[in-house]
Amino acid sequence: MSTPSPPMSLLAELTHRCPLACPYCSNPLELERRTAELDTATWKRVLDEAAALGVLQAHFSGGEPMARSDLVELVAHARSRDLYTNLITSGVMLDATRLQALAEAGLDHVQLSFQDVDEAGAERIGGLRGAQAKKLTAARLVAAEGIPLTLNFVVHRLNVERVPAMITLARELGASRVEIAHTQYYGWGLKNRGALLPTREQLEEATAAVEAARRAYGPTLVIDYVTPDYYADQPKPCMGGWGQRFVNISPSGRVLPCHAAETIPGVIFPNVRDESLSAIWNDAPLFTLFRGTEWMPEPCRSCALKETDWGGCRCQALALTGDAANTDPVCSLSPFHNRVKAAVEEQRENEFLYRRYENIPEFS
Amino acid sequence: MNNLAPDCVPSFARGHRLREDVVRGVWVIQAPEKALIADPTAAAVLQLVDGQVSVHEIIDRLAAAYDAPREVIAGDVDALLTDLVERKVLAI
Repeated sequence: MSTPSPPMSLLAELTHRCPLACPYCSNPLELERRTAELDTATWKRVLDEAAALGVLQAHFSGGEPMARSDLVELVAHARSRDLYTNLITSGVMLDATRLQALAEAGLDHVQLSFQDVDEAGAERIGGLRGAQAKKLTAARLVAAEGIPLTLNFVVHRLNVERVPAMITLARELGASRVEIAHTQYYGWGLKNRGALLPTREQLEEATAAVEAARRAYGPTLVIDYVTPDYYADQPKPCMGGWGQRFVNISPSGRVLPCHAAETIPGVIFPNVRDESLSAIWNDAPLFTLFRGTEWMPEPCRSCALKETDWGGCRCQALALTGDAANTDPVCSLSPFHNRVKAAVEEQRENEFLYRRYENIPEFS
Repeated sequence: MNNLAPDCVPSFARGHRLREDVVRGVWVIQAPEKALIADPTAAAVLQLVDGQVSVHEIIDRLAAAYDAPREVIAGDVDALLTDLVERKVLAI
């Protein structure tokens, strides 16, 4: 088999520690502890190996990446390897001093998450009092420094009606981009799907609001919009194809094709402590397992769209059908598509489980 | 008819950079959440954009380097830079 194309982007999940407890967090249910985290020297080696492999962008994420005391050092190191550096943060640990240090290290872009525009709603989702004021302060600091700013909003049943105000806030805070991303239902999000999944009417209203804002603002504010695929008939090309463009490294050094890949059973998770990033990307069974189209069952195998959607999402296939090698059940051609249709009809719930270490479900 | 004044000095906007991608053998413009591939012509122009050199001088240098008619180069440079200014990749 020929060498695969190198990844474009590295998501460096520096830590799973976070002051917030959002119930749709993309981290796995089994959160990693501080004692398991990679040290600074190993992260620097990983950044060197990523740049040599062909990665162009390093996204520093978490958990809350600002909980790592070596963040500035890692950003500077990434820049020294000509990587584009992006900080994905909640903003609650950002102050003028740390921002200045990050700017001097060469940080290229900041993505700042907001849970809502409504303070009570935001702080109920994030589970941290006082967070909203800190986030607003952080956004103003970033804008004043002149670093390009993207506001990230994860939307769901409890905040989706405020999409127009979210876009207005992004504009007021001087952001050049805003992401309106519907919750994706993996891990914590799947656990809390009953509370978070919007109704079809809510989705349609949000979509119309985004389209209206795009018309109103034109190129002055880029709006990225991610829909919840439960209402779709065609799957998303998850991660641009398994092991094709994107590599994720967990706090303990596990190398993954996506955030949720640790749910895949019966496969060894390769670790940067044991092997080089290029050896893992090119040859690790976790990466070759679903790369390309050879692994595909029907109806994907004979489908004209197989190199468009790459069979959709492996983790969603696993979560909803019990087998990661099945066609993503979002696809109307999947024999399990009725499971997605049933989920959108389910009675909604009002309680959710916070993403916290003490809430990690027990596994037998 | 050119859009940009000859004496204006373009520079990359904050958070936007040109780099050579030696692994893939292309030049790319790095930007928030995207990387745009610069074709060889665009890459030749953009390597001269450093916040010091004017549009006029960029055209002069390219005309000398490529031994091409100045007005042809001027049209290409103006079209490229105007587009990138509109997209906020460059500032003038």
